[in-house]
Amino acid sequence: MSILILSLATLVTVGAIAAIILFIASKKFRVFEDPLIDRVEAALPSVNCGGCGFPSCRAFAIECVHTESLKNLVCTVGGIATMKEVAIIVGKDSGILRLPVAVVRCGGGCEVRPLTNRYDGVNSCAIVHNLYGGETGCTWGCLGYGDCVLSCKFDAIHIHPKTKLPEVDDDKCTSCNACVKACPKSIIELRKRAIKSRKIYVNCVNKDPGDLIAEFCSVACISCKKCLEACAFDAITISGNLAFIDSDKCTLCRQCVRVCPTNAIVEVNFPGRKNQQETIEEVMNPAN
Amino acid sequence: MDKLIISPSPHVHSGDTISNKMIGVFIALLPAYVAGLYFFGLGALIISVTAVLSCLLFEYLIQRFILKGPVTITDGSAALTGLLLAFNLPSNLPVWIVIIGSLVAIGIAKMSFGGLGNNPFNPALVGRVFLLISFPAQMTTWPKPVPWNPAYLDAVTAATPLALLKGQITEIPSALNLFLGNMGGSIGEVSALALLIGFIYLLIRKIITWHIPVSILFTVFVFTGILHYTNPETYIGTPVFHLLTGGILLGAIFMATDYVTSPMNPRGMLLYGLGIGVITVLIRVFGSYPEGVSFAILIMNAFTPLINKYIKPKRFGSPE
Amino acid sequence: MRTFKMGGIHPQEYKLSAGIKIQDADLPRQAVIPLGHYLGIPSNAVIAKGDTIKVGQLIGQAGGHVSANVHSSVSGIVNRIEGAFDASGYKVPSVFIDVEGDEWLESIDRTREVKRECTLTPAGIIKKITESGIVGLGGATFPTHVKLTPPPGKKAEVLIVNGVECEPYLTCDHQLMLEKGEEILVGVTILMKAIDVNRAVIGIENNKKDAIALMQRLAKTFEGIQVVPLQVQYPQGGEKQLVDAILGRQVPSGALPIEVGAVVQNVATAFAVYEAVQKNKPLFERVITITGKSMAHHGNYRARIGTPLISVVEQAGGIPEDTGKIVAGGPMMGRALSNLDIAVAKGTSGVLFIPTVESARKQMQNCIRCTKCVVVCPMGLEPYLLMTQSERSMWKEMENERIMDCIECGCCSFTCPSNRPLLDYLRLGKTTVNKIIRNRHARK
Repeated sequence: MSILILSLATLVTVGAIAAIILFIASKKFRVFEDPLIDRVEAALPSVNCGGCGFPSCRAFAIECVHTESLKNLVCTVGGIATMKEVAIIVGKDSGILRLPVAVVRCGGGCEVRPLTNRYDGVNSCAIVHNLYGGETGCTWGCLGYGDCVLSCKFDAIHIHPKTKLPEVDDDKCTSCNACVKACPKSIIELRKRAIKSRKIYVNCVNKDPGDLIAEFCSVACISCKKCLEACAFDAITISGNLAFIDSDKCTLCRQCVRVCPTNAIVEVNFPGRKNQQETIEEVMNPAN
Repeated sequence: MDKLIISPSPHVHSGDTISNKMIGVFIALLPAYVAGLYFFGLGALIISVTAVLSCLLFEYLIQRFILKGPVTITDGSAALTGLLLAFNLPSNLPVWIVIIGSLVAIGIAKMSFGGLGNNPFNPALVGRVFLLISFPAQMTTWPKPVPWNPAYLDAVTAATPLALLKGQITEIPSALNLFLGNMGGSIGEVSALALLIGFIYLLIRKIITWHIPVSILFTVFVFTGILHYTNPETYIGTPVFHLLTGGILLGAIFMATDYVTSPMNPRGMLLYGLGIGVITVLIRVFGSYPEGVSFAILIMNAFTPLINKYIKPKRFGSPE
Repeated sequence: MRTFKMGGIHPQEYKLSAGIKIQDADLPRQAVIPLGHYLGIPSNAVIAKGDTIKVGQLIGQAGGHVSANVHSSVSGIVNRIEGAFDASGYKVPSVFIDVEGDEWLESIDRTREVKRECTLTPAGIIKKITESGIVGLGGATFPTHVKLTPPPGKKAEVLIVNGVECEPYLTCDHQLMLEKGEEILVGVTILMKAIDVNRAVIGIENNKKDAIALMQRLAKTFEGIQVVPLQVQYPQGGEKQLVDAILGRQVPSGALPIEVGAVVQNVATAFAVYEAVQKNKPLFERVITITGKSMAHHGNYRARIGTPLISVVEQAGGIPEDTGKIVAGGPMMGRALSNLDIAVAKGTSGVLFIPTVESARKQMQNCIRCTKCVVVCPMGLEPYLLMTQSERSMWKEMENERIMDCIECGCCSFTCPSNRPLLDYLRLGKTTVNKIIRNRHARK
């Protein structure tokens, strides 16, 4: 009997002492946190993707609460809806209208950019890039080993089975920038999202002089400057043998697409005319 | 000519494979196996064949039907686990217990952690310890060594010399018998001579380095030596007796040196061996089990990741 | 017999082209002379399209301290200057010269007799070496003049000459020692004078007994030069390993051999120094080995820099039927080539043809933690751990695990029984960590 009482007493004493210590500690070391932070965090998607530029959703929430204006802050996953919600919680204005979208700027599919050698090793763009220029004569273009696919947390980018090039699903893309960082060749770019996901861009990043690329890839930008003349809005610049369309200035008039001799400038999601997929197919089978 | 292959250097390979290494261990185990067959006869044969086949079968079933991945039973690692498990069992154990041991070894200790290379504990030892705890009676009665013994389940039993430490017997076999293996014990552990031949083979083939076995044996030798010569009345086992009896040689040479569960550099290996040696002696001398090698190895297996994290190999150009 | 103390492997040697006399490679129709260097800043072209060039004329001026002059290896007319693929698989700026005749600059002494006396001052020697565009011919092509100018406060005690040639298959240095032993030794004395040391040690692996005997005999007539046979062990030709093998001193992490008082030069470099200083001949040709198991005729060729490899290979009997992979350099550290239009560069030590069956990599299996990679690593690293960290982009941890010590020798991948691509991942980690470190310094 005495054992029972003794053990019971010991347990109770230990428990009581621990409780007192915990109570003191929680009072003494209490850190004040703005309750708004928890509310903002609750409104965020909690995927900690880092797309906003902060290491975690919580860090982003803290910034949202402490900042003056929400202008440069955007949760790329939640998008506009979430930012509006956050703006209401913290009582500030949300500045963003539309999020950009990732665009893969290489059109060098299997048929238009033939292989010159065969890589045998780890399936990783980073390792291939570290080793050499790639399996084709173009040392700038897509390597096709899918580091971008692995980096995407939203299942928004996939290697197309036919062209072996990555394709972005605009609806799923949250512009989190992960694929841009993952691509060792810096092919992927975040571009302004236009109405109905329409896009016009130079589908090439090769900076070699035109006469050298032509033999390796038939859809490369050869810096012929025709688009430069065709553009009425000064949206196109050419630097380092490569044309670039500024998505802020581009009015989607499609004049450059028409004049491009190698189909390096592509249009996507326009009505009435072929979409990108057909463009690629046409280039692959010029007969039809 | 086809398209040239491009891959990063090096462009040549030693040609070494996993199965090569496993075959090497099999060859090293052969003398001890022959000794086991000689002393325990039919029982040793039945148990070893059962263990190897059931391990292969379980690995195949799990890889084929549960994981639905590639089947890699040909690399020899499952068969080796089976053989090592058998080496750690008494030769009069019923077949169904052996099969349970194999299932635990392969299914729980190996495949559930992700298969070859990912298991934190030595599978054969996990199987053996599981059986030891579940079937203590069957696992601690060893048949008497009889050359080419035709009896299996009904073999005459005998105590192992280690029981001496617990005061169960008073007479021990001569040192020569201990060395050759003419004593009661598990199938593969009795013959020190055969195990040492295997050890030399492993060293020559560079399958293992000397660090782990030597560290274990040295620690046991020194520790038991200190105990014995300071107080021979209480601690009756001499260092040589401790080295030649029980599973210490089998454990040091074949079980503790398991690639997957031992540390990755010589310094870590020495520490690991020291730990095994100390724990083995502690269990043998002060614990309730007569034999502690299996437990000692499993305990140190648990420390291996920690050893790997904090004990680093000597770096080139570092002052020490 | 001496060797380095840590790790190392002994791959099968296959020195198939050993003992075959060095032949002159035919002049190409067009030479493509790279202006870029493997390490360091590319040189600036000092000629223009249409210029008429003589052999030995300067065509590329060093672009900085860690850079080297480039000289024409042929005479003819500059066709164009543009990017051309080199062994790295990327394009480097190169000078294309249409070859006409073989007209050398008058200043080059083309006589064959060995000139032993050198009257230049140390500074004069280094100036001559700088002008002649000499780089380390062992493979890394680090500018020799940089190595000969120790950082302030450091003084070399001994010159170590690398005659190891530890890569399987390659025999160009071996053959050079057999044929130009005396010239190499004169080059060594010049290098000794340049860095003001009175002791030089030539390390040669014991699989080249004839070269050891010859060099030992010749070295008796020179003061302070010792020839040391070394146990055959890869990667003995690595600078740090060689210093360890010969002097028994280990170069600390991140430091150069000068830290322990050594300067290391290759035998081919010593020969190039001899030619530059004594014969006034800039570096525009080198010996390369053409070999491979499926090759009918192996050979060692003295080829002009800029000769397309295919031209040398055709002289040696063409590409063998059974070829899966062509490697520039040795099998352990060489680079696989996508074609043979690539030109001979200063760092090209050979062309190796690997049969189809040996070209493909074997299926990778789980790591069984056999410690083989740790045991063979000559730098005392843990490749298995570094690979896992690299796979998971744990760059900071890799830096702490001393990834920058990795010499990319390939021992780990060579020995792995599970065929794991250890070095691939280590190299990726090394490049990435290097970038991180450089950014960190830039920010400071």
